[in-house]
Amino acid sequence: MAELTLVQEHPVSATARGSSLRRLARTDAFFHGLTRAAALAVLGVLMGVILALVIGAWPALSHFGFSFLVSQSWNPVTEKFGALAPIFGTIITSAIAMLFAVPIGIGVAIFLTEICPPLLRRPVGIAIELLAGIPSIIYGIWGLFVLAPLLQRTIQPFLIDLFGNVPLLSSLFAGPPYGIGVLTASIVLAIMILPFITSITRDVFEQVPPMLKEAAFGLGCTTREVIRKVVIPYTRVGVTGGCMLALGRALGETMAVTFVIGNAHKINASLLAPGTTISATIANEFTEAVGDLYTSALIALGLLLFVITFIVLAIARVMLARVARKAGK
Amino acid sequence: MSAARMSPLYAGRRRRNSIFMALAGASTLVGLGFLAAILVTLVVQGFGALNPRVLTAMTPPPGSDGGLLNAIAGSLVMTLLGVLVGTPVGMLAGTYMAEYGRYSQITHVVRFVNDILLSAPSIVVGLFVYEIMVAPMGHFSGLAGGVALAIIVIPVVVRTTEDMLLLVPDPIREATTALGAPRWHMISHVAYRAAKAGIITGVLLAVARISGETAPLLFTALNNQFWSTNLNAPMASLPVIIFQFAISPYADWRDLAWAGALLITAAVLLLSIAARALNMKRGS
Repeated sequence: MAELTLVQEHPVSATARGSSLRRLARTDAFFHGLTRAAALAVLGVLMGVILALVIGAWPALSHFGFSFLVSQSWNPVTEKFGALAPIFGTIITSAIAMLFAVPIGIGVAIFLTEICPPLLRRPVGIAIELLAGIPSIIYGIWGLFVLAPLLQRTIQPFLIDLFGNVPLLSSLFAGPPYGIGVLTASIVLAIMILPFITSITRDVFEQVPPMLKEAAFGLGCTTREVIRKVVIPYTRVGVTGGCMLALGRALGETMAVTFVIGNAHKINASLLAPGTTISATIANEFTEAVGDLYTSALIALGLLLFVITFIVLAIARVMLARVARKAGK
Repeated sequence: MSAARMSPLYAGRRRRNSIFMALAGASTLVGLGFLAAILVTLVVQGFGALNPRVLTAMTPPPGSDGGLLNAIAGSLVMTLLGVLVGTPVGMLAGTYMAEYGRYSQITHVVRFVNDILLSAPSIVVGLFVYEIMVAPMGHFSGLAGGVALAIIVIPVVVRTTEDMLLLVPDPIREATTALGAPRWHMISHVAYRAAKAGIITGVLLAVARISGETAPLLFTALNNQFWSTNLNAPMASLPVIIFQFAISPYADWRDLAWAGALLITAAVLLLSIAARALNMKRGS
């Protein structure tokens, strides 16, 4: 109504107002389009990465075909490239890292949510999260100069002595203690992914309704029983999602592993032997790769890594989204 | 209740409970122990190698005295470039997801993809930028390094911008719109202001993330032993220099690597603490 009176009393300013409104609408449409374009650019980055890697990897993939995935040979001189050793190394280091990091990470989360005195909760939580902030190159240099010599002197000879005469296990710990190798890389990876597991596990633990826990305590359960019978079943999906996210990180981690894995294109049963991973191979060899086929084989490795991590991270995100929806309701 | 009168069943449960609690506590000590071990090593080795020349001299050839000035400068230039390119794109995308397209299908897809890009291996980003910039241009460049870092910045900023804008209460938006403000005006003058601290936190976290990134720079900016601020030429950076020097057999290079490692870690930890402090102020 007010607008109507305005129009009748000041016809001139009404046209001015109309045009300025149209201008504002145009600016708004422009801003809408701009933000939409930026959002689509995020999708564009993903498409671009996949497209660029497929194009770059095509010469190697078409040349070697399926044997690229199952061949162990990696010979730049004869230009025979197979990805089996890096794939094996990536999977085995990540698996061992998860073996260490999942129980410890969940243990820290349990400590923070159930046991820790409230006064210490914040500082301890922040300290663990700082682990996630340390750049991976720092883990690499620390792993190479501190952890590897330490393992070489203490734990590795111990493991060799302990399992040396046990059938099956002896081959896992065969060979001289180099210090660097698959086991060292796995331990460094475990330290790096620990904070991711802890932070997500803690968040989902805190979503458990207090009534459920109190009811269990009221029935006489101990803290351990409450966690195992109430908290963990309630948060299973979220904890698994957090672990998958950490696995995605471990699979793609580059610099820390490059420092300590030893970079040997060999599949060795021994965890003490040097090996390689997909990302370490790329980091070490890409700038020195001569010949299109060599470069293309390395890009094919990158594509493979991207596909693997994409699948793992997608599963993680779907699981965590399910948890978030549940918490939202 | 004394132990003597406890039923065996209850005593067993209590014992298992104590072991369980002790294991959880031990896990925490392991985590904190690794943090302490890494920081102590850095401080001991890094301070030993730190001297004024580290900040004033160029990276030396093996066996002679030098510093890290060109690497520090290169890192600053490329980090700045990455943030300047990545932040606007990330903020605009986050704005679309929280404001214009909150319920659109695109937003769901972008959020999913963005969350994956957030933890995607950074070495793949390096390969991507090599393919789209370095290979066509025919040479490595600081520009390519900056673009690679920008691609890592974008998902971090998208995520925090969206989250922070979604925290702004809708009645504020409705009140602004009721006063006759167009939507972009409401976003830029009201929503952004309300979410400012959170968005800055996100940018700080992104800076912390990229200032330690090595893998995406290896095949984009490469390295440079000399002073260079030419974005069209290979550029040194602290992480790449640390990588090169640490795996070298020369003692003085290794010392410089430790000094660089200390500098980077100090910068990254300070940034994440600053981000956290900013976030806490907003929360209170």
